Amino acid sequence: MSIFEYNGSAVVAMVGKNCFAIASDRRLGVQLQTIATDFQRISKIHDHLFIGLSGLATDVQTLYQRLVFRHKLYQLREERDMKPETFASLVSAILYEKRFGPYLCQPVIAGLGDDNKPFICTMDSIGAKELAKDFVVSGTASESLYGACEAMFKPDMEAEELFETISQALLSSVDRDCLSGWGGHVYVVTPDEIKEKILKGRMD
Amino acid sequence: MSQSAVDVPPKGGFSFDLCKRNDMLTQKGLKAPSFLKTGTTIVGLIFKDGVILGADTRATEGPIVADKNCEKIHYMAPNIYCCGAGTAADTEAVTDMVSSQLRLHRYQTSRDSRVITALTLLKKHLFSYQGHVSAALVLGGVDITGPHLHTIYPHGSTDTLPFATMGSGSLAAMSVFEAKYKEGLTRDEGIQLVAEAICSGIFNDLGSGSNVDICVITKGNKEYLRNYMEPNPRTYVSSKGYSFTKKTEVLLTKITPLLERVEITEVGEAMEE
Repeated sequence: MSIFEYNGSAVVAMVGKNCFAIASDRRLGVQLQTIATDFQRISKIHDHLFIGLSGLATDVQTLYQRLVFRHKLYQLREERDMKPETFASLVSAILYEKRFGPYLCQPVIAGLGDDNKPFICTMDSIGAKELAKDFVVSGTASESLYGACEAMFKPDMEAEELFETISQALLSSVDRDCLSGWGGHVYVVTPDEIKEKILKGRMD
Repeated sequence: MSQSAVDVPPKGGFSFDLCKRNDMLTQKGLKAPSFLKTGTTIVGLIFKDGVILGADTRATEGPIVADKNCEKIHYMAPNIYCCGAGTAADTEAVTDMVSSQLRLHRYQTSRDSRVITALTLLKKHLFSYQGHVSAALVLGGVDITGPHLHTIYPHGSTDTLPFATMGSGSLAAMSVFEAKYKEGLTRDEGIQLVAEAICSGIFNDLGSGSNVDICVITKGNKEYLRNYMEPNPRTYVSSKGYSFTKKTEVLLTKITPLLERVEITEVGEAMEE
């Protein structure tokens, strides 16, 4: 069994018109036993920047705490929020530092940059950045997610349609993965508001 | 005990503190993760006026294509570019690191960087990690001494060649070069030959795919032709797109309105001279 299959996870982010959506499943398991159905994988760094972490749950929480710490330091020094591109470089550097004993998680970063231009990227566990203009996926359900997103994605979707597309892609992919699921957690962020929705999915 | 509680940003280099834990997990039977590799076909050749570098754009994670259009030609200096094959994080980190070292060196010496400088910095770093930093590079550029093309292997050995290929598609590309390369190629002939070699890698090697990126470096000028050729367009695009008959069931919605950010700049008093 791979180390990423210990806890199970699914995270996906998509780009829309001046908005982005990031979604994850809610299961936390220990191999085949489910121990929580409300695990938080996506965290807010600041109002326009979210990070979703898939992989080993302990590293997800540790890495999140380290990143929030570094961002707060940055805010104190620079008196402003970090741009998504800068934050992605920070995460990449923190992960590559542990090149020979890595954090066992794969981040998905989504944010609104200057001029409300959406930015998404994902990385492997040692910080190789992969920028995309349409969608990025991560987790045990990633192979199904790649397929679902390729089929369902359309460029320049508005917030409502983007929410529908990302939810359908997430739920249909986790249905084909034993280790993730138990509902979904979706954040749709536009320049004016953050909409957080919890989805009803199959509880198996 | 208080030292580990404060997460002070370290002074650089690798940190090995999770190695013991990861080894313990591997012994328990949990396999280590696979990294993003750039399966790759990367090539370089020297033509009449300079150097042409070429690369495909596929990044793989095991058998899955993770990125259909990634950038494998990395910037080192205004007159030097480097293509990278192997573990993606390693090629990116090593080229970024040497690129910043070259910039500092340029500020110190007030001279343009030389390709041999980049070569020495890269080979020293890779040799010191004995091949564990898995980056295979094709380095090319034009400096005051003329055009240069080198290959660098993960263990730190280098070759200086008139034409070179690296990566999983290197044999496919090298066959094209060996058949058609000649000295004194013009710019257009060179670009066409590089594109042909990369295409041969794209179509024959499963680790390479998608589009062709080309970078032409001459004395005092460089042209980065991103997606110069796109021989694999998507042919199954439906004009209607996907439509969902059943809507997703939402259990809970929370809307957080974001206040508009107002920039307050206090006009300070000018300092008295």
